Amino acid sequence: MAVQTQLYAVPAIEKKESKNKNEVEKESIFETKSLNLWYGETQALKNIDLKIPEKSITAIIGPSGCGKSTFIKTLNRMVELIPSVQTKGDIHYKGSNILSKDYSAEALRTDVGMVFQKPNPFPKSIYDNVAYGPRIHGIKKKSILDDIVEKSLKDAFIWDEVKDRLKENAFGLSGGQQQRLCIARCLAIEPEVILMDEPTSALDPISTTKVEELIQSLKKQYSIVIVTHNMQQAARISDQTAFFLNGEVVEFGKTEELFTEPKDSRTMDYINGRFG
Amino acid sequence: MQYIDRLQVRKRINFRLRLNSILKYVFLGATLSGLVVLAILLIRTVSQGFAWIDWNFITGHLSMDPEKAGIMGAILGTFWLMLVVVFFTLFLGMGAAIYLELYAKKGRIHSLIQTNIANLAGVPSIVYGILGLTVFVRLMDFGSTVLAGGLTLSLLVLPIVIVSSQEALRAVPQTLGEASYGLGASKWQTIKSIILPTALPSILTGSILALSRAIGETAPLVVLGIPALLIPFPGGFMDRFTALPMQIYYWTLDAALVEEYANLAAASIIILLLMLFILNSIAIYIRNKFQHRF
Ligand SMILES: Nc1ncnc2c1ncn2[C@@H]1O[C@H](COP(=O)(O)OP(=O)(O)OP(=O)(O)O)[C@@H](O)[C@H]1O
Ligand SMILES: [Mg+2]
Repeated sequence: MAVQTQLYAVPAIEKKESKNKNEVEKESIFETKSLNLWYGETQALKNIDLKIPEKSITAIIGPSGCGKSTFIKTLNRMVELIPSVQTKGDIHYKGSNILSKDYSAEALRTDVGMVFQKPNPFPKSIYDNVAYGPRIHGIKKKSILDDIVEKSLKDAFIWDEVKDRLKENAFGLSGGQQQRLCIARCLAIEPEVILMDEPTSALDPISTTKVEELIQSLKKQYSIVIVTHNMQQAARISDQTAFFLNGEVVEFGKTEELFTEPKDSRTMDYINGRFG
Repeated sequence: MQYIDRLQVRKRINFRLRLNSILKYVFLGATLSGLVVLAILLIRTVSQGFAWIDWNFITGHLSMDPEKAGIMGAILGTFWLMLVVVFFTLFLGMGAAIYLELYAKKGRIHSLIQTNIANLAGVPSIVYGILGLTVFVRLMDFGSTVLAGGLTLSLLVLPIVIVSSQEALRAVPQTLGEASYGLGASKWQTIKSIILPTALPSILTGSILALSRAIGETAPLVVLGIPALLIPFPGGFMDRFTALPMQIYYWTLDAALVEEYANLAAASIIILLLMLFILNSIAIYIRNKFQHRF
């Protein structure tokens, strides 16, 4: 096993170095500074310092209960919906601190969309699901809404499957289709960042592949943060990976490096399936 | 080591299945006993009163003479009452439920209010009558009008509407709200376009039951001094009125004097049931319409 890891590691590093020569380091879209979070008395995030680069895919991995969901829900302040939550520290999004009182959560969530673990379409038609976001932000004109709906559904790789049944209830779709619909719904508000909390954990392998392809196609335009329990998935699709353990970031780095030659022994144990 | 002994399981299985089928009949019996009582009541009422229902009875004025008596005044009174009660309970009830369930901070004060609302639902209706008499009839000087009666009945059923609406709102999956907030929607936008429409069918189910109760209520109206006299048909909220339950009450009281009054009371009960039936049908129609849209 160790030998194999070594064998893979060598070409991977070479590839990375050659890429680095003509590639500028990407700007970071999110930067957290000693971010701490408590649910009542229990601390769920401890001194998180992360720089999340823009227009790339950042994977968050770690054992159950280590704070992955909590972390990405702080990035669009969804944690605030839980009354007992208290946060300390800063999160800079494009330079402004989103945890300051006068940053509106609604404005933030228009820039930072979210896709949840379980597909959660509204009990409305497919069309109304996608049009919901634009509508709440004040777009009323039918022709504009039509365009947004079509473009979002196309970008989410689901247009062909639903174009003849836009007026039907979204609950009639399969789980995988519902999840792509939810991604389309998120794209419709034209966010800059998309947060995804285990978006494929409720899906079958074929739907998973479709969603993964979709995520990769989105990274040209969007910065994506994805929580996953599936190590292969993290390795396949992400550019950088953060390993969380007990509310702390143990290791953060380029995905190839983290998976082939982790610096921390706990990361090594985790990716080799020794705990979690 | 096996904990589950297959032989024992097989022996017990017959017993378990028998218990299951016995209980099925027990529950069926429970359902039937309610139905039987209702059927007896209906059959008796219809056989006694149906012959008395004719055009004159429905459209005519009240009269001491049983042959000439009509109940249009009471029908209109009940109709106006319904309007007042529907308006106030739906707005106040849903408003309070939305505030308590979705806006209010959950804490000591919240649970104090919550407990009190639950207690109010158990206060005898005659107490609401006394409250209505003091506040609406005398203090606010509405007199024994439709408005005073409607407000009193609204107070009576508000606790039920609030609690059942809260339950309906609570039953909306949280993931739907999260999806909406996640797209940048404000709280009110989320309530208006996601939570309320999803909860509306169950809110209406609870409200229908409460409204039916209000329309059939007599005791508070007696306290408010609602007459069953020869008064003009009510044409608005500030008019004096009588209502069907009042009419039924007085005719039943006076049946000792004039025998036919008992039949008139039965006929009025049929009309009251018909009005409740129409009210419920409208509500169920609205509910189904909403369920289809989603
Ligand atoms: N609403 C809550 N109230 C109290 N504690 C919570 C709440 N949500 C999460 N926690 C606690 O915070 C810690 C982190 O939870 P979180 O959901 O972020 O874990 P996770 O890494 O996403 O786990 P999983 O992989 O199972 O989804 C856990 O110990 C959990 O028990
Ligand atoms: Mg999680």
